[in-house]
Amino acid sequence: RMPRGRGMASLALYSDQELPDLSKHNNHMAKVLTREMYAKLREKQTTSGFTLDDIIQTGVDNPGHPFIMTVGCVAGDEETYEVFKDLLDPVIQDRHGGYKPTDKHKTDLNPDNLKGGDDLDPNYVLSSRVRTGRSIRGFCLPPHCSRGERRAIEKLAVEGLGALDGDLKGKYYALKNMTEEEQQQLIDDHFLFDKPVSPLLLASGMGRDWPDARGIWHNDNKTFLVWINEEDHLRVISMQKGGNMKEVFKRFCTGLTKIESLFKTKGHEFMWNEHLGYILTCPSNLGTGLRGGVHVKLPHLSKHEKFGEALKKLRLQKRGTGGVDTAAVGGIFDISNADRLGFSEVELVQMVVDGVKLLIEMEKRLEKGQSIDDLMPAQK
Amino acid sequence: MPFGNTHNNYKLNFSAEEEFPDLTKHNNHMAKALTLDIYKKLRDKQTPSGFTLDDCIQTGVDNPGHPFIMTVGCVAGDGESYDVFKDLFDPVIQDRHNGYKPTDKHKTDMNHENLKGGDLDGNYVLSSRVRTGRSIQGYTLPPHCSRGERRAIEKLSIEALTTLDGEFKGKYYPLKEMTDAEQDQLINDHFLFDKPVSPLLLASGMARDWPDARGIWHNDNKTFLVWVNEEDHLRVISMQLGGNMKEVFRRFCVGLQKIEDIFKKHNKSFMWNEHLGYVLTCPSNLGTGLRGGVHVKLPNLCKHAKFEEVLTRLRLQKRGTGGVDTEAKGGVYDVSNADRLGFSEVEQVQMVVDGVKLMIEMEKKLEKKEAIDDMMPAQK
Repeated sequence: RMPRGRGMASLALYSDQELPDLSKHNNHMAKVLTREMYAKLREKQTTSGFTLDDIIQTGVDNPGHPFIMTVGCVAGDEETYEVFKDLLDPVIQDRHGGYKPTDKHKTDLNPDNLKGGDDLDPNYVLSSRVRTGRSIRGFCLPPHCSRGERRAIEKLAVEGLGALDGDLKGKYYALKNMTEEEQQQLIDDHFLFDKPVSPLLLASGMGRDWPDARGIWHNDNKTFLVWINEEDHLRVISMQKGGNMKEVFKRFCTGLTKIESLFKTKGHEFMWNEHLGYILTCPSNLGTGLRGGVHVKLPHLSKHEKFGEALKKLRLQKRGTGGVDTAAVGGIFDISNADRLGFSEVELVQMVVDGVKLLIEMEKRLEKGQSIDDLMPAQK
Repeated sequence: MPFGNTHNNYKLNFSAEEEFPDLTKHNNHMAKALTLDIYKKLRDKQTPSGFTLDDCIQTGVDNPGHPFIMTVGCVAGDGESYDVFKDLFDPVIQDRHNGYKPTDKHKTDMNHENLKGGDLDGNYVLSSRVRTGRSIQGYTLPPHCSRGERRAIEKLSIEALTTLDGEFKGKYYPLKEMTDAEQDQLINDHFLFDKPVSPLLLASGMARDWPDARGIWHNDNKTFLVWVNEEDHLRVISMQLGGNMKEVFRRFCVGLQKIEDIFKKHNKSFMWNEHLGYVLTCPSNLGTGLRGGVHVKLPNLCKHAKFEEVLTRLRLQKRGTGGVDTEAKGGVYDVSNADRLGFSEVEQVQMVVDGVKLMIEMEKKLEKKEAIDDMMPAQK
């Protein structure tokens, strides 16, 4: 059956006439998409109607990013990763350190398996945070979902979260009903998600109908937060000031497990399979979907020529403290795990804990004018 | 910003109520016209090229209002949109175009000799300009067109334009190959169209694949310009410094006629019908698609209490000199005809010429601290 929608007239035209011009592009999609692949996949669609052009639009419209290598493609539903595997498998392989189509991913959400992590130096570590995403099976993903689907997801999420208790007890704040002051305060606290201005987000369709059915749920302490209908159906975040990553991760695992059981009692499950782990909108977030990190002061180390190399060896990534599209300010960096797929949750947070500990030691050496050569780690 | 949900097959699993956009904070023509009943009736329809109701309205859902102008809030994806979705477009057209009825007929008059006068005071009028749009029959419109269609439109346009000669002899500059410096220069000269940042444009999908197959053609004098694949397939612009609107309009009519003749030789025609005149992407541009105006210095008049009333009576509209999304600076305004549909090209430019002449007289009076009460025009 012919795909509906944009490009329907285009099927009458030859594939080459439709092929995007990626000559100035530098993202994973642009590296992978070939003429032959485009010709083969352009007539396909998932059951919900998502097409190849839908998948790649964000990568066509955003040739590159100044700070990070972007993926340049998104999924519109769970099936996308199957129907368009010819494109997404090599993207995944390139993005996730050679992860093969036959590989299996392991999940470990047992916080007791994390060693240490409760003692990162608070003189350097300003805050600690772990986030992941979850998709609700049976619904299309944010680039593709309709208003009705998005509202249904919100309703389900709010019902599920409303059953949390103890230190996880909290409240839902729909974006639609928030005042601008409340919203700005939450953004400044790093609790809320940005109003959609990122071109990466906008070009993929995730900004449609904003702020309808978007919102944030958080517990009374503001240490456990859930974003609803931003880049994924749910983003689950555990965070607090200081360096006790162990506690952050424990709360993360406990909360996530509770949420998952609550959803199950309502007959819903999360999108997951043994190859890709948790299925999320962006191929970069497959697997654990986990980004665990700290805001840490590294004014000396960040100027050192081996800073980039140290991060790479530790399998860590740096960002500015305003989020993925920002630059670092005042020597304070957001340091987090670079991997998502092929390592478990415990393994990734362990890398952050061990790695940040080492980076702080390096910083202290440099403060005293000492060398850090002997501290350089082996490639993890 | 694209738009996967527009061909999302799952949305029909939800009721019309569940899918109906929340327009409570909205103030645009679409929000005023769209009822739940209309939505119910049209939501599962599509044009032959696959454009849906949700495609039409996405820009209006995503952009609740505009600080300076009443936006339309819906676009056409092809010529058929105005027919398949007439239950929405007819009331929008009626509201936007002063009660224009579904049974009304539109008249075209592109005979520049029918314009009386038109040489305005160069001490006040800095520049004069007339623009319109044209759509090429057989292709979908910018919110919906595929890369292949867009490139075909570009190719056809270049072929046609390069045969122009005499005062119209010129050259095509594809956006893809322009340097940033060239591009900025053309924007500052008011010759080029903006890089897509306007949320109105972005939300409707017109910026997809930018800058692929976009460009500007202009004659050597830069007094006759054609924009290819911005908000419409073609935007044709005649302009020059100073107040000789008569000359501008002459060049406009002659050039446009030549372009149409060349297209006809290639068996291409412009989208036109006797009810809506020239069919363009935005319902506000139906009819003549003509916006004729001047940049004029009115520092005294613009502060006068009756400035707005004068404009309304003269059927004129004001904008800042940077285009539709900008504010006026230094008392210099862009003043143009407010109407597009239901008046011919000659009639509209006549209104500009006569109206601006009057406003300059008012300005001169106010300079001398004299009253303008006796000059107030009747409602045209």
